[in-house]
Amino acid sequence: MLKIEKLNKSYGSSRALTDLDLYVPKGIIFGLLGPNGAGKTTLIRIINQIIEGDSGEILIDGSPLSSDHISQIGYLPEERGLYKKMKVWDQMIYFARLKGLSQQEAKSRINHWLQKLEMSSWKDKKIEDLSKGMAQKVQFISTIVHNPALLILDEPFSGFDPLNAEIIKDEILGLKAQGTTVILSTHRMESVELLCDRVAMIHKSRKILDGTIKDVKSSFRPEVFTVTLENLTQEIPQEWIAKMSDNSCHFSLPLNGKTPNELLSGLMQYGQVKQFEEVIPSMEEIFIHQIKSANYE
Amino acid sequence: MNKIWLVIQREFLSRVKKKSFLLATLLTPLIFPAIMGIFVWIATEEKEAQSLRIIEVVDENKLFFLESSEQYAFSFSGNDLETSKEMVQNGDRYGFLYIPKFDLKEPTGIVYYGEENPSMNLISYLENNLKKKIEEQRLFESGIDPKIINEVRTKVSIKSITVDEQGAETVSDATVNYALGFTSGILIYIFIFVYGNQIMQGVIEEKSSRIVEILVSSLKPFQLMMGKIIGIGAVGLTQFLIWVVLIGTLSSVVIGILGMQMPQQQAIEMASPEIAESMPPGSDMAQIFQVISGIDFIGLTLSFIFYFLGGYLLYGALFAAIGSAVDSPSDAQQFMLPVTIPLIVAYMGLFVFVLNDPNGNASFWLSIIPLTSPIAMMGRVSYGVPWTDMVLSMGLLIGGFFFTTWMAGKIYRIGILMHGTKPSYKTLWKWIKTSQ
Repeated sequence: MLKIEKLNKSYGSSRALTDLDLYVPKGIIFGLLGPNGAGKTTLIRIINQIIEGDSGEILIDGSPLSSDHISQIGYLPEERGLYKKMKVWDQMIYFARLKGLSQQEAKSRINHWLQKLEMSSWKDKKIEDLSKGMAQKVQFISTIVHNPALLILDEPFSGFDPLNAEIIKDEILGLKAQGTTVILSTHRMESVELLCDRVAMIHKSRKILDGTIKDVKSSFRPEVFTVTLENLTQEIPQEWIAKMSDNSCHFSLPLNGKTPNELLSGLMQYGQVKQFEEVIPSMEEIFIHQIKSANYE
Repeated sequence: MNKIWLVIQREFLSRVKKKSFLLATLLTPLIFPAIMGIFVWIATEEKEAQSLRIIEVVDENKLFFLESSEQYAFSFSGNDLETSKEMVQNGDRYGFLYIPKFDLKEPTGIVYYGEENPSMNLISYLENNLKKKIEEQRLFESGIDPKIINEVRTKVSIKSITVDEQGAETVSDATVNYALGFTSGILIYIFIFVYGNQIMQGVIEEKSSRIVEILVSSLKPFQLMMGKIIGIGAVGLTQFLIWVVLIGTLSSVVIGILGMQMPQQQAIEMASPEIAESMPPGSDMAQIFQVISGIDFIGLTLSFIFYFLGGYLLYGALFAAIGSAVDSPSDAQQFMLPVTIPLIVAYMGLFVFVLNDPNGNASFWLSIIPLTSPIAMMGRVSYGVPWTDMVLSMGLLIGGFFFTTWMAGKIYRIGILMHGTKPSYKTLWKWIKTSQ
């Protein structure tokens, strides 16, 4: 769907993107991660043709990014806004028509979405009379109303209560099921784990991580296993700092060059192995670990 | 193109649908005829009250017989000074004119007593009347027959005619041209300021509410800027046309009603007794009508529309650029100077140079330079401008418009995405130089 090669962008002397390569396959949810100021917004703006890169190539479905693609992209910026004095309906029509829909088409699609999200009664209200959550929903519909093939969402859940966040999450998954490719930029790692198929992490203008969630997680395994033993037959070594309760004992063990099987058979002599499980890092841990180690270099 | 049209539509409709637009559009034209009506009404009322005014005259020379007018009657009861003063105090007389005995060569000591401060009109009316009487008396004493004096009295009025290269003649009157140049120049000045500010406010609104990021992901910043400028210009033009129609209709109604109560001749008389005295009835108005009919109204209207729009577009782009560079209207002040100064120079120049000497050097340059020409040229157009000047001025204005729009577009494109930093002129210059 989207392929970026050797993209560079700098503002004066500060670099925003350095030799960035990125591949987003069709029909997946792609997590774009990175701390503030890493260059995510610059990348998103370049894909949206708000600004231009200094060098590099961007291809959408194999053809270079051009103004023809504007109607195929939906963009929800992190800092979003609506005309306060405008009515919900007029506003949605305006945004939909700017994306190239005809008056007729815009009307029927907006009606469809308003009904789907139970917002039809707000049609004639002004944005300034809506709650923040309601306005966010209006904004969300405006972003997807033209059925974009590529949807770029920057912190889509901010401003929503848990209930509405759930509704939006379901809509995003629904769009994915219809074949929409989604780029999701967020700091909420739990939604990354829940929604994303692939992730890329950008730090200090460079990509420092890229892959499927599964691959990323497995490559960051600390090679540590958690163990629960019952009915101890033997004292466990002092260095396995353990948590004792009644007659069971819970602790974690590094592999230290052994295979998991060797480790397990070694454990058996101490008692009954109740649980033996590899520690899988959360995306949050990987994120923090990556940024910290990148900062040391 | 289609997207610019959408922006124009939104900008236009969102403003025209507002209640404040409706109120301003309908009330402003009512205010003009209302003020006019009040003035005419006050004048008419005053005149009615004045017609009863009797002025007692004590003339120790026994020479002056003042003729009564519609406003003032003169009574020669032969009372002495004290009694006459009392009559004023009692309210029996409006005023009292004391003419002591004097040498006709040096008439001094004439005093007017009144309960209230006399108007300029009354004093000059009395002075003119006495002057005429003294002059007649002295001519008579030097042996000239009053009949001859009356015969000799002549009236002169100059009719000015301009001849163009083809030899066609038009009656002209500087007053009419002055008024036309003055009005159209001021209108353009106000229009640029009021609607230029609206552009700026609109850009700041979109920028500070962050709508702009969504908008520019759908269309080019330049399209957005142009759509806004044209849309707001259309609002202004609509409002202006409604005003012209409403003011025209209402004014003619008001003048029609009040005009029946006060003929033109009296209005002139009231304004200045001197002019009234020297003008045969109707000639003044007749000439003005002749002048008005001689003015090339189509040409005037066309150039007004051209400079009206040209000036607005030229400055509109600058206002948009300022709005894009700042986060709030209060920050905009620092960049307003380069826009305000040429406008004020044009405005002052219109009065100091252009209207007084439309073909002078200063007037020429003011009407050629694009930043001042929309206002200054209107001052010249009503007097007639050589077509070479006109072509030069219009060409430069179009060029100037392209230049400011190009420059503003560069600032705008970067400015709308910048938040939290207060740019300086140096930063703006950097933005202009940035390619792409």
